[in-house]
Amino acid sequence: MQEVVVGLGSCGIAAGGQRVHQRFAELLQPDRNDSILKQTGCIGLCYREVLVEVRDQQGRRSLYGEVSPERVDRIVAEHLRQGKVIDEWIVDTGEVFARQQRIVLRNCGVIDPASLDEYRARDGYRALEKVLTQMTPAQVIDLISESGLRGRGGAGFPTGTKWRLAQATKDPHRYVICNGDEGDPGAFMDRSVLEGDPHSVLEGMTIAAYAIGASAGYVYVRAEYPEAVRRLRHAIAQASEHGCLGTNILGKGFHFEVALKEGAGAFVCGEETALIASVEGKRGMPRVRPPFPVESGLWGHPTCINNVETLANVPWIILNGAGAFNACGTAGSKGTKVFALAGKVKRGGLVEVPMGTSINEVINEIGGGTISGRTFKAVQMGGPSGGCIPASLGETPVDYEQLTATGAIMGSGGMVVMDESTCMVDVARFFLSFTQNESCGKCTFCRIGTKRMLEILERISEGKGKEEDLKLLAELGEQIKASSLCGLGQTAPNPVLTTLRYFLPEYQAHIIEKKCPAKVCLPLVEFWIDPEKCNGCGLCIQACEVGAVSGEKKLPHRVDVAVCVKCARCMTVCRQDAIEKR
Amino acid sequence: MARAPADENTNPSHAFGRMLWRHRGEPGMLIPLLQAAQDSYGYIPQLAVEQISEVTGIPASEVYGVITFYKQFRVKPVGRHLIRLCKGTACHVQGANMIAQTVADELRVPPDETTDDGVFTFIVVACLGCCSLAPVLMVDDQTYGRMTPQKVRRILRQYRQRAATSPKTTPPKAASAAVPANP
Repeated sequence: MQEVVVGLGSCGIAAGGQRVHQRFAELLQPDRNDSILKQTGCIGLCYREVLVEVRDQQGRRSLYGEVSPERVDRIVAEHLRQGKVIDEWIVDTGEVFARQQRIVLRNCGVIDPASLDEYRARDGYRALEKVLTQMTPAQVIDLISESGLRGRGGAGFPTGTKWRLAQATKDPHRYVICNGDEGDPGAFMDRSVLEGDPHSVLEGMTIAAYAIGASAGYVYVRAEYPEAVRRLRHAIAQASEHGCLGTNILGKGFHFEVALKEGAGAFVCGEETALIASVEGKRGMPRVRPPFPVESGLWGHPTCINNVETLANVPWIILNGAGAFNACGTAGSKGTKVFALAGKVKRGGLVEVPMGTSINEVINEIGGGTISGRTFKAVQMGGPSGGCIPASLGETPVDYEQLTATGAIMGSGGMVVMDESTCMVDVARFFLSFTQNESCGKCTFCRIGTKRMLEILERISEGKGKEEDLKLLAELGEQIKASSLCGLGQTAPNPVLTTLRYFLPEYQAHIIEKKCPAKVCLPLVEFWIDPEKCNGCGLCIQACEVGAVSGEKKLPHRVDVAVCVKCARCMTVCRQDAIEKR
Repeated sequence: MARAPADENTNPSHAFGRMLWRHRGEPGMLIPLLQAAQDSYGYIPQLAVEQISEVTGIPASEVYGVITFYKQFRVKPVGRHLIRLCKGTACHVQGANMIAQTVADELRVPPDETTDDGVFTFIVVACLGCCSLAPVLMVDDQTYGRMTPQKVRRILRQYRQRAATSPKTTPPKAASAAVPANP
């Protein structure tokens, strides 16, 4: 019996995976006795979506990339019916997977996320069984502490310590919350895990509940992830039906109920206390800590909040032991970390590497370097709370402390690669406009300080910056960090502060020379039509609202820079790619 | 504030009505109720706010406080097609601004607005999570990756043509259950 597995994570669906799946279903109708059609979550090689894996009778696995409904016909005719592999469409995974170690992603892209049987076939719920039959809650906490697992949401708090604090409280009514509010733009690790292996997260949660003595829990997922919500809901129902969740779990007398809460679109809700307010149905405003949620959280009861990736690690640690987990990593950071590699990188996707792997290795060896082939300029880590690490620090290993030393943070795992066509002032402005927009408004420095910083950055990118602005930016940044209550404000200035630290000449070029070296900030560039490429079609003349473009039909056009308002409309209509920014 | 469709009280089949009926004062149900209201109408009509306030006992002012805090909620009806343009980091570095400009030019509306003919509502969102397909645009539930200005125009024109030829089942400005919600 051979199997055809279509990758239907959100990326796969976005690239047209459903149509591919449907085409296979149509064509394989007569072959249903010897070919099974299956689906799986994110395989991780997002740059080659839609991905289809064929597992044939001989046990060979062939991964096809960029599969379209049209290509399906040939795969069915040649590979499935005649056993001939179509080499030119095969994805070479050697380089991509060589340096990866898959603990969190152990089942992602392998199993059908909707199938409890497939999860069980890969040791699913065995860790839970082991915990319930052979271990006391204290032993579980000791094991997790010994493994060195730290929170994967970004801050890196030791998971075992958090559990111990929750377990030590006097209030017997305790909660476990899984934080799946992955709000960082440019990060999609948690979504992929929730979509590709939802049971591992539920199993991790149940083990956490047993360890701290909770009987109820919530999974808080971003509402922007409809597919993750759907699959998780299905997994919760399935696990409850088969005795892996709910009352008397696996017949061992332990009870734990899980409910799903959909977020409603607020970045600040990734912060623990804001998340709790949101689950309670209120505006997601953070509050002063202490008391910490482990002492007084949801409805005033002890609440242990763990990130999706943290929880997905737990069953693996229970089964393989603390030693197997902390064998890889650095002194302070153990295990692996999942990254969402995106931006100007050749092989974007989901990667999981042992802690201690260098940034260069991730970008150049796994990611294949930049699209342009030149060295990368910077990598943005940690989203709006993180910073831009320049290529000169590319040897920095993936490690909580060493990344913090660069001014960035480990963060939840977004890694956006930038090359010389990315303007660092523009990147800083982009992140600040995001955090400014997402600031809940509680703390004055975060509310007004970020606004002022954004105004300064806008001024600089319009060529109206002053030299004193740089000092003011740094000063405001430090004050916002010092005077904000929650992580959002405390980290919001990081993208600006790191770019100021590593890319100061670029700021100076904007302010003093009134030039944007990367040609991104429109007010600082001039538009120019390449006479070699222009075919004189006149589309840009029609598009220009101020009459800055002129020229005879079928003869090269030109832009009058004195009239041009730099709206870039001409560029959006040109079919010859003839308009350039200079 | 536009009036909600007339069937909102009388039609018990939709999810929001069912949730209201079943509400027994459990804590923390405000956001799920608002989400159900938006799923049913495409936005949160005034009447829904009043009904939610009545069954939960939360003052309408507080309900509005929650609605305006979260980006997901809308208090204005949406057009027949909802266009979501991703402005996540990966999309931004790959030129999402240019795509946004093209959409705004093509539809002749800025973000957060609905076209005069009621066919499109254009919004900009933080991240759709398809970073490797950047820049990304979503029309209703369909995602379009690796966008260029030309591709965007072609897609929008296709939707516009289809909207012009297909009979309108609802008045353009009134939201209906047919509008895909839940961004």
